[in-house]
Amino acid sequence: MIQQTAAQMAEALTKGATTSVELTQAHLDRIAAVDGQVKAFLHVDSEGALAQAKDVDERRAKGEKLSPIAGVPLALKDVLAQKGVPTTAGSKILQGWRPPYDSTVVSKLKDAGVVIMGKTNMDEFAMGSSTENSGYGPTFNPWDLTRTPGGSSGGSAAAVSAFEAPLAIGSDTGGSIRQPAALTGIVGVRPTYGAVSRFGLIAYSSSLDQAGPFGRTVLDTALLHEVIAGHDVRDATSINAPVPAVVNAAKSGDVKGMKIGVIKQLQGEGYQKGVQTCFDESLQLLASLGAEIVEVDCPSFEYALAAYYLIAPSECSSNLARFDAMRYGLRVGDTDGASAEAVMSATRDAGFGREVKRRIILGTYALSSGYYDAYYGSAQKIRTLIIQDYAKAFAQADVLVSPTAPTTAYKIGEKVDDPMAMYLGDVATIPVNLAGICGMSLPAGLAEEDNLPVGFQIMAPAMQDHRLYQAGAALEAELLTKWGAPILSQAPVLGGVK
Amino acid sequence: MSSLSRDDVAKLAGLARIEMTESELVELSSQFGMILDAVARVQEMDLSGVKATSHPQPLENIARPDVVLPSLSPEDALSGAPAQEESRFRVPQILGEAE
Repeated sequence: MIQQTAAQMAEALTKGATTSVELTQAHLDRIAAVDGQVKAFLHVDSEGALAQAKDVDERRAKGEKLSPIAGVPLALKDVLAQKGVPTTAGSKILQGWRPPYDSTVVSKLKDAGVVIMGKTNMDEFAMGSSTENSGYGPTFNPWDLTRTPGGSSGGSAAAVSAFEAPLAIGSDTGGSIRQPAALTGIVGVRPTYGAVSRFGLIAYSSSLDQAGPFGRTVLDTALLHEVIAGHDVRDATSINAPVPAVVNAAKSGDVKGMKIGVIKQLQGEGYQKGVQTCFDESLQLLASLGAEIVEVDCPSFEYALAAYYLIAPSECSSNLARFDAMRYGLRVGDTDGASAEAVMSATRDAGFGREVKRRIILGTYALSSGYYDAYYGSAQKIRTLIIQDYAKAFAQADVLVSPTAPTTAYKIGEKVDDPMAMYLGDVATIPVNLAGICGMSLPAGLAEEDNLPVGFQIMAPAMQDHRLYQAGAALEAELLTKWGAPILSQAPVLGGVK
Repeated sequence: MSSLSRDDVAKLAGLARIEMTESELVELSSQFGMILDAVARVQEMDLSGVKATSHPQPLENIARPDVVLPSLSPEDALSGAPAQEESRFRVPQILGEAE
């Protein structure tokens, strides 16, 4: 049962072939069997999940009209507040915190009857690309337990890849949905900035953060996308416009006559051979389906990584000032006579991990007087140039494509002491965030050198998210025909059950 | 090669209200040269006449109608407080001899 797609599970629920309680229990059993190895979850809420499942089953029995994925279980990245359930953002500074409210994403999931099974591991405050920066230890890639699942939404991606959940929510500030999707052989979408409410999403870099869906198929991902997207008065940056018809697009999956732009700057040198090969083969498949392939030039993308690693740390140094040991979260050193400032400093030292400290310090530097124009100011101008490059590229093509990540999954510990090497893994995903547009990663095959999954990235203009699903579904169908079975059938068996 | 001394890092850590051990200060200052060199690439391009973008959406101020919406009860708001007293957050000394 757990190997089915979310769409198949939803159909079985509608037909009465199974119940949400049964389906949820099967996934909780799977989590119990394999999560000791994968460590995708920080917290499993069995009781809450089964209660939610029971409720959906009762509503269905009464003949209530339910959402298309009502009763299907899901894994939630620990960056989203869920009322009464431990929410840490992967940080020790929030250990034990139980939010008194639901994020809008969680409210929407609950309203749709999607069963939230637990909170997944992540790089602390979403700062990282390997989930190794979690304050609670790393998550392991189901394809090879000695490797990282990518990050920062590594727990969510690993959970879906290991059949612990058919669906998951992640967040993507510089590639944190698309890159782990690529490294674990699943589908992940970063929706257009403002398409999914950020209310209750613990902020890292507010002008770049966006929550989004993971699934094992393009259609499953679209079904979840449609549930969580939409305008929210509680997020002033939320877009007040209809949600693009992503499910219809995923069902149609047609690229005949579509213009697909290959970004010159996001391929070749620096990309692993097997990654480039899988990308090129996918491109040929799209061409064989009637898409027109063009090359587009985005010269300023060369500076995107540098701009990102100024803008995101700058915003984070400001956002994370809220962790001040006063209103919630950790407080240490509160002895008689200790000043608020001393308590704050001691708490932030004890509660924040190395990477978070590194980025706060970098951001503090980039925003400090005398350096502001040279660093943060220049980065903001590069951001303008990147938006202009995209505008020109989208005048020539309906969607743009690239490999999602330059390499396949790397070994745990391999880059943890070399921040720059780690940052380079985000080179192909970051431009989307800087421009506020949308992007998808879907599996494009296994790299010949290491038999590990490779991601194919599709990008579309703001609020044209349906184009991702249209092109993604077409490529997915063609690849499935070529492979004869979904890519995850090639992953190793975990816990004695596949 | 850019660099940031141990004392520079200590000053920034103070501004960011993060106490740091000597070994953390030394490690960060040794890593910063490389990171600053990489991010300083934003200065390579001719950016004269380019406008800055702080946000991907061209938003004006967003206001909603001035009506009361449900919000947290005092109990809920205080539920995560490290310390509380008389329905208020209890915080360490802000003014006085500690400064």
